Amino acid sequence: MLRELVTFIAKSIVDNPEQVEVNEVEGERAVVFELRVAPEDMGKVIGKKGRVIHAVRALVQAAAAKEGKRATVEILEQPGLRL
Amino acid sequence: MTTIETTGRSVEEALENALRELGVSEDDVIVEVIEEPSRGFLGIIGSKDARIRVTLKKDKAEIAYEFLTGLLHRMNLRGIVESRAQGDTHLLTVNGDDLGVLIGRHGQTLKHLEFLTNVVASRGIGDIKRVFVDVAGYRKRKEKMLEDLARNAARKVQKTGKSAALRPMDARDRRIVHLALQKNTRVTTHSEGDEPFRRVIISPRRNEGGHSRQR
Repeated sequence: MLRELVTFIAKSIVDNPEQVEVNEVEGERAVVFELRVAPEDMGKVIGKKGRVIHAVRALVQAAAAKEGKRATVEILEQPGLRL
Repeated sequence: MTTIETTGRSVEEALENALRELGVSEDDVIVEVIEEPSRGFLGIIGSKDARIRVTLKKDKAEIAYEFLTGLLHRMNLRGIVESRAQGDTHLLTVNGDDLGVLIGRHGQTLKHLEFLTNVVASRGIGDIKRVFVDVAGYRKRKEKMLEDLARNAARKVQKTGKSAALRPMDARDRRIVHLALQKNTRVTTHSEGDEPFRRVIISPRRNEGGHSRQR
């Protein structure tokens, strides 16, 4: 359910929704959602001063808290991409 | 969603045809090239037209509405989204039960939600400058609280004749305070300090013009 939420938000933001990939990794203290997007969409999901990813995390955290969980979202670089 | 397919000797020509048919400009559409044109052999045999698919972009309010309803659904929340135009802005109100999760402490989550909704809506077309989001009347209530706070502080300023500084607020909340006291002829307001600690200062208005009281 949370994974669908992360995917939905990410797809709503980027230019290339078909390249959005979300992996769920169970961490020790929280679920981590690893988000991969097209290289040209990196800036879009991060946003100026990280405001977009910050807002995405806030929403996902709120949704997770409702289910008594902790969750966060990390953006992963595409293989071969250097920032 | 309106989608049409057109052809032309070049992609540009196909696009021109599509735009003419839809009566819109290039900024309003998404273009997918289905088939590149080919000259064929000696430009005669086997030449093929370009074929493109042109989709009209949605307008900002529609995108914002779909984003919010989609979000509710995926957060397992039941709510109804109402969408209303307000001049060059648009207000989306979410009503339902147990929506506190969307508001968060001091409205923090709501702020993020509104920000994201604006990011998503900005992909659409239309003249809307901004999208406002309210959840379960939270903004309305907060606005009322800020107006009361502003008026009480103004009364105190009038009584004591001394300026008063309100607690630090973000630009939006400060604006509500300024507007609430705009018509008050006894005090003036301005903001001081740097974000995020910028605050409204309420000062007694100097006696001048029609409002002066002669001794």
